[in-house]
Amino acid sequence: MTEAIAVSGLRKSYGKTVALDGLDMSVAQGEVHGFLGPNGSGKTTTIRILLGLLRADGGSARLLGDDPWRAATALHRRLAYVPGDVTLWPNFTGGEVIDLLGRLRGGIDARRRASLLERFDLDPTKKARSYSKGNRQKVALISALASDVELLILDEPTAGLDPLMEATFRDCIEQERHSGRTVLLSSHILSEVEALCERVTIIRAGRAVESGTLADMRHLTRTSISADLAGRPVGLDRLPGVHDLDLQDVSGAGRLAARMRCEVDTDKLDAVLRHLTDAGVLSLVSQPPTLEELFLRHYAADGPGPAAAAAAGDQHEVPA
Amino acid sequence: MTSLAGARDLTKLAARRDRIMLVAWIYVLTILVVSTGYSFKGLYKTPASREALASGIGHNAAALALAGPLYNDSLGALAVYKAGSATALAAGLMSIFIVIRHTRADEEAGRLELVGSTAVGRHAAMAVGALLAVAANVVLALLIFAGMAFIGLPAGGSAAAGLAIGTCGIFFAAVAAVAAQLSGSARGARGIAICVLAASYLIMSVGAAAGSGGLRWLLWLSPVGWANEVRAYAGDRWPVLVLPVAAAVAVAGLAGVLAARRDLGAGLVPPRPGPPEAARSLRSPLALAWRLQRAGLAGWAGATFLYGAALGSLARHIGSMLGSSKHVGNVLTELGGQSALTDAYLATMMSVFGLVAAGYAISVVLRLRSEEAAQQAEAVLAGSVSRPAWAGSQLVIAVAGSALMLTAAGLGTGLTFGLSGGDAGTQVPRLLGAALAQLPASLAVAGVAAILFGLLPRACVAGGWAALALATVVLLLGPTLRLAQWFQDISPFTHVPRLPGVSGSTVPLAWLALIALALAAAGLAGLRRRDIG
Repeated sequence: MTEAIAVSGLRKSYGKTVALDGLDMSVAQGEVHGFLGPNGSGKTTTIRILLGLLRADGGSARLLGDDPWRAATALHRRLAYVPGDVTLWPNFTGGEVIDLLGRLRGGIDARRRASLLERFDLDPTKKARSYSKGNRQKVALISALASDVELLILDEPTAGLDPLMEATFRDCIEQERHSGRTVLLSSHILSEVEALCERVTIIRAGRAVESGTLADMRHLTRTSISADLAGRPVGLDRLPGVHDLDLQDVSGAGRLAARMRCEVDTDKLDAVLRHLTDAGVLSLVSQPPTLEELFLRHYAADGPGPAAAAAAGDQHEVPA
Repeated sequence: MTSLAGARDLTKLAARRDRIMLVAWIYVLTILVVSTGYSFKGLYKTPASREALASGIGHNAAALALAGPLYNDSLGALAVYKAGSATALAAGLMSIFIVIRHTRADEEAGRLELVGSTAVGRHAAMAVGALLAVAANVVLALLIFAGMAFIGLPAGGSAAAGLAIGTCGIFFAAVAAVAAQLSGSARGARGIAICVLAASYLIMSVGAAAGSGGLRWLLWLSPVGWANEVRAYAGDRWPVLVLPVAAAVAVAGLAGVLAARRDLGAGLVPPRPGPPEAARSLRSPLALAWRLQRAGLAGWAGATFLYGAALGSLARHIGSMLGSSKHVGNVLTELGGQSALTDAYLATMMSVFGLVAAGYAISVVLRLRSEEAAQQAEAVLAGSVSRPAWAGSQLVIAVAGSALMLTAAGLGTGLTFGLSGGDAGTQVPRLLGAALAQLPASLAVAGVAAILFGLLPRACVAGGWAALALATVVLLLGPTLRLAQWFQDISPFTHVPRLPGVSGSTVPLAWLALIALALAAAGLAGLRRRDIG
């Protein structure tokens, strides 16, 4: 069994509201998988179906090779879950909740618990009612990370954490990766996903709009290039995949004859670079697309898919 | 008055949020009083029939303990006797819910923080809660006045009845405002205020059961007793109304002082650090349920023990209170049991304990729903815990807890009753048995909440309490209002043999137990199939 999570054509509606509309997703065993999407896109619904809390209306979901609805109790021994909005019993201490939740999923490693308490700087003797959001989040995280499980399902786990604790969280997830645990990480913090996840699934309006490795996805986007050139390139604006070209002639600066900036569809990069080297490159700065750009395109409510976006870009292009 | 800035806008918001709840409360309470007056008017047309009823009640300590004192045999006084104390209590409960909802509950949920960051004074939320509660009680008083006058009762008495109930409600709004300062959680604050309400009722009922005898002065220690002592339709003692109003102002002042001394989100009792690790035993859903319910159960069981002890100590006086009226025997038999008057009194008390146990069991079952809504259920069910194990744990606590409460009630009643007659050895087991005989009926009522939780979770809170309300109406009002037998048969308590005293068949008990079991099983089966959250 190499797939920890396999979801295909998953559907779920609440009355007339469609939460999931044929979602496909696959998470390999041992990978840290990013799960991204705007608010209300169906991430939490997906996770709750995977936890057997909700019953899907259609499609299939397999978790660790089993049916998450029917085998929920057995499966939950093998996973730990951190909800996005952690509510605790107000008169329990943090330490009690950590132990209780750990024991309910089948056991907790006392040594790891102690070291996590220290790393996350949490006072386990405080009553849950006096914890801040971040501290409640830590309670759930420590309990999950200290449990001996194969799979971690984390729903926006760092939403309330300070930057220092977020760094600690990243270290912990790195360790989990090395020890071979599978992690499904739903998050809005793109730098976190970029740093931790090998593959991501982007979901919008209940469907996966993008899925794959970050490297693959970058190919679908544009690289921005700026260069100092020894000669004036001809016909650059006519090359396919070149956008927002800004070409300026420079005189009286030694060999420097022109400066250019543009955005290039990443898969057309090669042709554009050849064109530039023909003109003579003095210096070149290229910036890969950030995950941010990737998401902004997908998150926008009526944002077009990659192909449509490229077409739209062509129309706006103004020849230099 | 900057500390009250923004109160007007907040009141509009609050009134909007509560419009359905407020209308429902006021409607039900008005109907409770007016319909009692109306049906008494039809049932007891002749002065003779009223005199018989009044003399029967006057000599029935159980009836007096439950409903409060009766001052004369006029139609209005009888109706107020029957429904007045219950309505005054319910008005208090309404005030508690309104005030806590707009103060501590909002504060706990963080909504008050959001609102407080706008141009809103720090006492504004409390003022809003209080204002809304006062307004609700004033409307209630007006409607009771109008309704009772409309069905032809004297206007003066109707006004006194409405105001007695309304001012009692207002007093408890002030109590709730103090409770909201003391406890850091809405649940805790509600608990404190309801304890005060329950204590007021207990004190009133001991005072009322004393008839015109020794402990009658206790009425003056209870806000519910104040409402009785207004004596609507029986003298209309207006000056007594000053008592609840003055007390409410004083208590509200205390709430203001307390509020000024604490921070947002904090209670006055500072939270103490607790254990850094969970106890070894805290490792199953049952252990969790026990941990969540044990403090509440201890309180309920202690209260029923004390109430039982208080009522048991009165039982010996029943015979001596009996006058020469020939109606008395008939009425008492109708109200109580078939053999000794004392046993009839005790049997009625046991039914009431059965209702209380049912209320406890319902509150435990509904905890499942509130855990689900607050997503604590999600955390537990994401562990290796099956749904039946999670929900079943609370059901086990509901069964064991109500059994424990009935045991406490039987022990308390049996001990004081037995000791006062020197036969504790026979009375304790006898009353223990009588109390525990209520258990199947209590659980059958709570079963309604359980099945709804599994099949129609949105309706389970309203449905669960409605089932209890129905059983209460049938038990307490059914015979007096001569409700149709088929209707009375709906309530499980109708089928419980009237113990102690009658050696009734235990077959109905087995049936009731079976029904309770079936309801719980259906609820669990429904829970397995439905979505959580």
